[in-house]
Amino acid sequence: MVNKKIKLFLILSSLIFIFFTFYLGLNKNNYYTTENIVYKKIENFESYEFFSNKKISFKNISPDKKYVILNIWSSWCLPCRKEHKNLIKLRENIKVDLIGLNYKDKFENAKSFLSELGNPYDIILKDKNGLISIEIGAYGVPETYLINNINKKIIKKYLGPINEENIKEIQSLVK
Amino acid sequence: MISHLGSYSLIFCTIFAFLIILQSAKLIENQSKIFPKKIYTIITLQLFFVIFSFSCLLIAFVSSDFSNITVYNNSHTEKPFFYKISGVWGNHEGSLLLWLLVLVLFLFLFILDTKNYDNKYKLLTVIFQEIIILGFLLFIIITSNPFDYIFPVPLEGLGLNPILQDPALAIHPPILYIGYVGTSLIFSSSLAAVINNTVNSEWAKQIKKWVFLSWIFLTLGIMLGSIWAYYELGWGGFWFWDPVENVSLMPWFCLTALLHTILVLEKRNALRNWTIVLSIATFSLSMSGTFLVRSGILNSIHTFANDPSRGVFILTFLFFLIFLAIIVLFIYSENDKKTSNNFNILSKETAVLVNNWFMMYFLSVVLIGTIYPIFLEVFTNEKISVGPPFYQKLMIPFLIPFFIFMSFGPRVKWINDKLKKINYTQIIVFISSLIIAYIIFTNSSVSYLFSSFLIAASIFLVLNSLRDFFSKSIQIPQKISHFSFSILILSILLNGIYSEEFNSNMKVGDELKFIDKTIKFKGINFDEKDNYKLLRGDFEVIDSGKNTLNFNPEIRIYNQPVISTSEADIKTNLFNDNFIVFTLLKDNEIFNVRYQHKPFMIWIWISIIMLAFGGTLAVIKYGK
Amino acid sequence: MNKKFNIISLIIFFLFINYSFADEKIKRIDKVSKNLRCLICQGQSVYDSQSEFALSIRDLIIKKIDEGETDDEIYDYLKVKYGDWIIYDPKFDKNTILLWLIPLILFIFGGLLIFRKVIIIK
Repeated sequence: MVNKKIKLFLILSSLIFIFFTFYLGLNKNNYYTTENIVYKKIENFESYEFFSNKKISFKNISPDKKYVILNIWSSWCLPCRKEHKNLIKLRENIKVDLIGLNYKDKFENAKSFLSELGNPYDIILKDKNGLISIEIGAYGVPETYLINNINKKIIKKYLGPINEENIKEIQSLVK
Repeated sequence: MISHLGSYSLIFCTIFAFLIILQSAKLIENQSKIFPKKIYTIITLQLFFVIFSFSCLLIAFVSSDFSNITVYNNSHTEKPFFYKISGVWGNHEGSLLLWLLVLVLFLFLFILDTKNYDNKYKLLTVIFQEIIILGFLLFIIITSNPFDYIFPVPLEGLGLNPILQDPALAIHPPILYIGYVGTSLIFSSSLAAVINNTVNSEWAKQIKKWVFLSWIFLTLGIMLGSIWAYYELGWGGFWFWDPVENVSLMPWFCLTALLHTILVLEKRNALRNWTIVLSIATFSLSMSGTFLVRSGILNSIHTFANDPSRGVFILTFLFFLIFLAIIVLFIYSENDKKTSNNFNILSKETAVLVNNWFMMYFLSVVLIGTIYPIFLEVFTNEKISVGPPFYQKLMIPFLIPFFIFMSFGPRVKWINDKLKKINYTQIIVFISSLIIAYIIFTNSSVSYLFSSFLIAASIFLVLNSLRDFFSKSIQIPQKISHFSFSILILSILLNGIYSEEFNSNMKVGDELKFIDKTIKFKGINFDEKDNYKLLRGDFEVIDSGKNTLNFNPEIRIYNQPVISTSEADIKTNLFNDNFIVFTLLKDNEIFNVRYQHKPFMIWIWISIIMLAFGGTLAVIKYGK
Repeated sequence: MNKKFNIISLIIFFLFINYSFADEKIKRIDKVSKNLRCLICQGQSVYDSQSEFALSIRDLIIKKIDEGETDDEIYDYLKVKYGDWIIYDPKFDKNTILLWLIPLILFIFGGLLIFRKVIIIK
């Protein structure tokens, strides 16, 4: 009889354990994002400046600034159109350089995108084949990274278009 | 109006559920031999109202009544009639109503089927089944009501996803749900039998038709899902070890084990505990499946609603039922006296035990693979993926001993069998398998020696199952099902080994060589249909014997909702499937073209249908 | 007209060469891309997906194979960038010990149960 009671106790407690694990699991996001892969150092990469086609190394950009913001965008990406005015607003309100990374795009299309919606970027780099984005751990457009320019580590990632709240957060982080 | 009626019907059903439970509890100890007419009446009423409620939803869909929010979200006036109907269960709320319908229907049929049975047992079954029905009713009414209103009434619906407009997918849910819901009845009656202390061969004889029935529908339901994935998704695969697929496979392993165990219980009055545990486990897995798929806890392209609050409800309900079952077992199971004997090593009872052993192992692999990421994330915040390589690595090696056991098991006699000194037939079969496997091994790209053992074991199984056809002592349903299973395995293996895949970017006019074939991209043309525009590709595949196959895969752009899909063109014959699918790359001139040559595909579907057919023959026999 | 024909035949020729001599390489690319999950279309592998991300990953795989890296090195590189999630095959490490061992332990346990129940009658 005691044996049976012990068995019952063990089974019921394992069930309660499993129940609570599932319960906690319900509140987790089931869609995978790389939002929390931060504090990684961005290794230096080579790219070409958008207008002049000059070769540029990432480590040489904005040497005097403590922070930089990297925004990955494309002319064919609809959410990028929506976020563009927020980028302009962001650049107006902070003293941090905004680097654009034009992702898998055609020069003419990207140029018209900028003429139509404005150019908030201090410098734009080209990622013709998407390999630079992979190197920095991005997978979609748009993505915006706040980077510590001294140790080149990613402080915060914004996956998807940035909004007013994100702008406020960036402002407080760069103070 | 219709929706109001449908909604009220559900409330009536809930009231009936309460009434039935209370009345049945009162009448349990009643010694009467006749099943209480009152309860029979209320169950019939409940069935009537649930059918009525389902019909209301059906009418709302067919008449495109967009004042009903479920219809609005999942239908469209331009949907073909057949798919308006299948739209009823092609969404979360409607599918639950279907679950409910089958739950009540099966209880009703059960009452009719057990006319001469012990009243206490029947009433207990009714109580447990009504508890399940009540849970579903509350879940539907509180969190997933298919009769919610939307105002102002929209003029047009949001449309059903065109990928879901497929005949196989349309009938896949009802068939699958009949399989799942059958396990609820087995669950209820098992608990009833435990309380009534009648877990014996008499009970096994009665319940086994329900086990077989559930098993047949679950098998066919899984097959339909695979057929849809193969023909519609266009990637050439039919099983992806996706969580939603796994969730239908798990109860299948359990149910297959139960199916064999219940026969032991009937024949030899043994494996009582196994039977009860398997009954509870199968139903729990069916319910867990519902939970995993509808709560949004898993990342899958198949998942329904992503609503954590619904998840909490099902989770609590599911664990409540499992708790209930365990407590019933604890209170009513026999005390520690050893009631079960040992089995002789060479007996059918042992063979069934071995089968259970392997079934439970395969079940544990799929179960752990599916839910482990959830546990890991809760405890360590790490996210990992458990994909096909995991399942293949852990399951395939165990298939070899399994096939060998399965070659002998069905033929072993009950209680005690003798090992013949030299079995010439077996030796011939064994050597034939090795020879055939060797031929396959040298004529294909199979590089691992292990694979050849696997093929040999599979052929060994086929030959032995074939031999069984000539044995007078084995039942026909068993012969058919076991042989079909062996063909299924062999088809899957040969298909896996001999499939060839070509993947390249092509422009119109390109001609590429692939092994012994030439693939020509002859051209594209534009066309427009009712609810989509399409780009039809014209391809020709010429093999070394100058035989030409013409393919017309399509890229479709639907207008409601705006989705673009690639429809593969699949040419099926008895020996192989040939398959072309193409997608447009960004530049508008280059297409990614995939050609696949897949031998023996149709045998996979045929063998599963024959597998279920064997089960059907068994049910017909039991019904007599 | 002539020029176009030449260009097309050159393209076909290069595709042809690429295909016949690089058969093994393609098998490797396919194998690796089938083992990677696409982050954009999360139900598909990188092999099946036509998203820009998947296409770039396939280019990356080709580049790394050309540079002589092994499959594991490619997987490790991507794991650092995107997390363990991107690989379909869960490697045996401290996070996945239980994942791989529990089914095997259960199998042995089941075998013991049968062993206890089954006897040999002479």
